[in-house]
Amino acid sequence: MSAAQVSVDRGRCIGAGMCALTAPEVFDQDEDDGRVLLLQTEPTAAHRAAARMAAGVCPSGAITLAEPESDGS
Amino acid sequence: MSESVHTVATLPTERQAGCPFDPPAELLDARRHGPISRCTHPGGKPGWLITGYDLVRSVLADPRFSSRKELMNVVDFELPPAPPGEFLLMDDPQHRRYRQPLAGKFTVRRMRLLTERIEQITADCLDAMEKTGPPTDLVTAFAKPIPTIVICELLGVPYEDRGSFQEQIDTFMGGATSDEELIAAYTATQEYLARLVAAKRANPTDDVLSELTDSDLTDEELKGISLILLAAGFDTTANMLSLGTFALLQNPGQLAALRADPAITDGAVEELLRYLSVAKTFMRTALEDVEVGGQTIEAGTTVVLSYNTANRDPERFADPHVLDLSRQDTGGHLAFSHGIHQCLGQQLARVEMRVAFRALLDRFPTLRLAVPAEEVGLRPETADIYGVKSLPVTWDREGA
Ligand code: SF4
Repeated sequence: MSAAQVSVDRGRCIGAGMCALTAPEVFDQDEDDGRVLLLQTEPTAAHRAAARMAAGVCPSGAITLAEPESDGS
Repeated sequence: MSESVHTVATLPTERQAGCPFDPPAELLDARRHGPISRCTHPGGKPGWLITGYDLVRSVLADPRFSSRKELMNVVDFELPPAPPGEFLLMDDPQHRRYRQPLAGKFTVRRMRLLTERIEQITADCLDAMEKTGPPTDLVTAFAKPIPTIVICELLGVPYEDRGSFQEQIDTFMGGATSDEELIAAYTATQEYLARLVAAKRANPTDDVLSELTDSDLTDEELKGISLILLAAGFDTTANMLSLGTFALLQNPGQLAALRADPAITDGAVEELLRYLSVAKTFMRTALEDVEVGGQTIEAGTTVVLSYNTANRDPERFADPHVLDLSRQDTGGHLAFSHGIHQCLGQQLARVEMRVAFRALLDRFPTLRLAVPAEEVGLRPETADIYGVKSLPVTWDREGA
């Protein structure tokens, strides 16, 4: 089974920190420019929901979550 | 069909009596008709009003809508472009040039590190309240000083300047009684900030402004940035603290729940942000013809985005007009906006509110209004930031 894959586009990120607030195990912010740092590219099951929420609330659309096909699972 | 579009003749200037926490009835009514309505801007120019959550969010994320001040097509004279540093009213790449170096100063982690200091500032305010009250005005004793001191420390305003500086910004952000007074206070604040920037460049101290002198930003730009930080960081938080306390006192069941369970504080702050949305409206101008919610917004037309109505959208929030501190669906509320301009200081505001509400309730278990709720003076709808003018509160002295 493949896990959910998170990717970030630092070019879009505005450093609002919603990701680090929502899913601190998955995202952090760069100390210099506040931009997102990815701590886990494949969040463990425990952090997947938070990562999904972070992708949803990110104001600049900088976070993408590729979920494995859920059909038949 | 364009004839069927709901129209709000002029944007409402008042809220309904007895409903100080709800958006004006005309706006809620507009939302009932649909997420987008026609409206007329104060200067007589035709525009659009967006009240639906999904549409507000999509416009905020759409680069075809501009924040540039000079493009705002609402009055019958031309607006000048935003002065250097005032990136709130700019588009990328100018906006990003200012925002990026600042973003690192306002990260979740850095703001959390400030928690202890904010607890101390709050405790000092509460001590002073205990000494001089009851009763007291919660606005002057609590809601204003906490964010003001915090922002003074971030900007590194020397201690001896704080008193006069606070008075100035207080006057130019809502406390002025005449235009002359307003302009004088605004000019004085500008001049003070220019001196402050020069002082920090000459003698950097341990604060955000000094750190920013170590970038390619000019003094003029740093002055503009300081003004934005001040304007955005002070009035908003102050009004959330005072109006939020008023809302809690008017919802005793919710207040009791919050008193009983500190663990719900973080969620309670998000719900108060959603429910009150003190930064009520922002504007964007279409750079090209854009279709929004089945309507064509013509290039050059300005849309008003009603954050407070969108945050009460029944299609997004269950029972939207109910203050429910344990609500689970506040994620994605628009109180701090959305898109590239989403509030830079939101993580600071969160820490301030979490600390201050908690400490206030813990310190005064019998806190209550000192006047009937109808007598609490509210800001007019024309003010940029909504809130109370003053909030007289009282409590039982311990052992009395
Ligand atoms: S929430 Fe989005 S914009 Fe904000 S820091 Fe994270 S990735 Fe960047």
